[in-house]
Amino acid sequence: MQKSTGQKAAIPFWRDERILNILGQAAFIIGLVIIGSFIFQNMRAGLAKQGITLSYNFLQGISGFDISETLFTYSRTSSYWQAFQVGLLNTLSVSIVGVIASTIFGVILGVARLSTNFLINRLAAFYLELIRNLSLLVFLIFWYLGVFLKLPRVGDAVIWPGSIYLTNRGVGVPWGLPTDSYPTFRLILIIGLVLAIGVFFALRAYSKRTGQAPLTILWASLTFAVVALLGWFVLPEAPLRFDAPVIEGLNMTGGKVLSPEFMALTSGLVLYTSAFIGEVVRSGILSVSKGQVEASRALGFNGFQTLRLIVFPQALRVIIPPLTSQYLNLIKNSSLAIAVGYPDLFYISNAIQNQSGRTVEMFSLVMITYLIFSLVTSLFMNWYNQRIKLVER
Amino acid sequence: MTQTNSLLPPLTERSGVLRWMRKNLFGSWPDAILTIVGALIIYWAVKGFLTWAFTIAEWEVVSANMRLIMVGQYPVKEVGRLWIALGFLVFLAGNSLAIWARKSYFVTILLLGFPALLAFLPIGDESRGWLFSLTALGLVGWGIGRSKPESLGKIVIFGWVISLPIFVLLTRGFTSEDGIMPIVGTNLWGGLLLTFLLTVVGIIFSFPLGVLLALGRRSELPAIRLASVTYIELVRGVPLITILFVSQLILPLFLPPNMTIDRVLRAMVGITLFSAAYLAENVRGGLQAIPRGQFEAAYALGLNGVQTMVFIILPQALRLIIPILVGQFIAVFKDTALVAIVGLLDLVGIAKTVLAQPDFLGLQREVYVFISLIYWVLSYGMSYLSQQLEVKLGVGKQ
Repeated sequence: MQKSTGQKAAIPFWRDERILNILGQAAFIIGLVIIGSFIFQNMRAGLAKQGITLSYNFLQGISGFDISETLFTYSRTSSYWQAFQVGLLNTLSVSIVGVIASTIFGVILGVARLSTNFLINRLAAFYLELIRNLSLLVFLIFWYLGVFLKLPRVGDAVIWPGSIYLTNRGVGVPWGLPTDSYPTFRLILIIGLVLAIGVFFALRAYSKRTGQAPLTILWASLTFAVVALLGWFVLPEAPLRFDAPVIEGLNMTGGKVLSPEFMALTSGLVLYTSAFIGEVVRSGILSVSKGQVEASRALGFNGFQTLRLIVFPQALRVIIPPLTSQYLNLIKNSSLAIAVGYPDLFYISNAIQNQSGRTVEMFSLVMITYLIFSLVTSLFMNWYNQRIKLVER
Repeated sequence: MTQTNSLLPPLTERSGVLRWMRKNLFGSWPDAILTIVGALIIYWAVKGFLTWAFTIAEWEVVSANMRLIMVGQYPVKEVGRLWIALGFLVFLAGNSLAIWARKSYFVTILLLGFPALLAFLPIGDESRGWLFSLTALGLVGWGIGRSKPESLGKIVIFGWVISLPIFVLLTRGFTSEDGIMPIVGTNLWGGLLLTFLLTVVGIIFSFPLGVLLALGRRSELPAIRLASVTYIELVRGVPLITILFVSQLILPLFLPPNMTIDRVLRAMVGITLFSAAYLAENVRGGLQAIPRGQFEAAYALGLNGVQTMVFIILPQALRLIIPILVGQFIAVFKDTALVAIVGLLDLVGIAKTVLAQPDFLGLQREVYVFISLIYWVLSYGMSYLSQQLEVKLGVGKQ
């Protein structure tokens, strides 16, 4: 014993693990710094040869290109920065529509996959297997070139019930145009929202106090709907005038025309992501053990109550983490818009990069923007996950 | 106990088509409605698809361009090299099946018979001959493996290790224009060949990188952990397409001026770096599932850190995540399609070339349906094989 402690004091520093650890990390950091500075020097030298210094000031310059779809006024005399914002908003709108629609469709698929009905079950299984083994890019290009651009010309548009016009120039849908009373109506909607939130919290407090489980979200939405309907009919003039698309010669006027690019991108993303979400939902529901369902039926809950109060809350815990990564995938995959020509964030940034020659600046900006998207989505979903997590004692 | 029971008549469930339908299709009113709606959807979809596929679709666009879709603009007189390279792989596959999957007759027949099956498609006579010889070669390999399973194992593993270099060497060639194997520039690689090479290189090189990153993320040294976490999260937070553009446009800027790298190689670097980050997270999941006792037992037996990882922890962790790894590899395969956006002529990129021919204008549906079919068959095949592998390794049973 004596001897070994004596040896420990005399251990040479090149065999002392603590010192080795520190030295190793120092060497690692120095290596990274050397590689990094080598890369940076090369890049600076290369850019200097082209007469470019790194700076983001060029974003104030005139863009000089047109964008087919914008959510606010933009023209070719607007700045690069405005063009970037157009792309940002387009990406956001595709992502939001995509996330909502693929969640709904995915849940339906997941439940259908578990249906006891043989036909429905097989149909859902076939769909999942079909879609999950395809390449998203090919799928999107197929929807664009093979479906939406192959629709008939405006003159022979396919008309679906509800004044939906399918043409190769886009899909025309009826759209509400605001009238004079619209600002008042918006105020009423806000009041309805506040009331609905009030009902929501009141019902939740009631449920906590009594142990009853009222249909909180249903009642809250009903409140909102009733207020909105009342407002609609009480106002002297309807706040929105419905405008259906009309074909005039070779053009569609009125309503809202959703471009083939937008339709191909959104429908492709939704159909593709929902297959993955369907699988997530299925495994979530399967993770709730059968005993839970049997116990709840034994306690006298009916089928719907069992699903709502027993199965769903437990399945949600398993579903949320993989669902988050599917949402993130959808947002990141929306950058494939470039393959169908929809002007999203990536498409426009690439155009700016082409026009201005500012490759490094533009791609760093795009990557940071996508990182922020991912971060915000993860933070929100993590917050939600914390809330529904099993409280362990 | 047994006496009374044996007197009762056995419980029987009457079977029959009607009874089965009644139970599984028309159990209740809503069920019946769903069944009818489902049947209508199936009828409509199947009828629409079949009508299109057999009466409207013009499949000549595919059969006339089969070579373009398979190998791109690879010189016709050199295509034989690719068949030889493929033959080497099939031979090895036959060997491996005979050695490690002796009982899996179904998989063996399926895999080795696949080339011969393809030969029945309307393709040229020359390709048909090659495809039949592939199956024959696979069978020969299987027979050899079957006769000497013990002594061949190491050689076959060595064969797999050198198979990628051999494949690339045969594809690229190594002599000048008039030699036996003239060099074929990567700008002529295309179609399924390019997709295959991008996938294989991406998988093989991202694997060690991903394992290292996963270990780095669990390291006790803060500098290494921080670097790994930053890399993984940075790459996972951005779309693949940005990484591909960066590797095409910015990577050349990072290198010294006199050094240039090939466009295909740049894409391979991009795919590898991207896939490594995702793989690292999968491997980390496997590492976390290994109980602490395994580490402690290894240390107690006198293994050092590296030995513990290589001999004790990683084999267990990787076996646990085989299905996830295969899923990741399938994802790499499907993601290689994005190189078409940066202008490479892979399976998707070549479609544009095919559709630009004046004879085949407006046949987008046919071409993209065919390309989707290739992706589907290969992805599905990979996931099917991984399920077989799982059963064989007994994942989740021990």
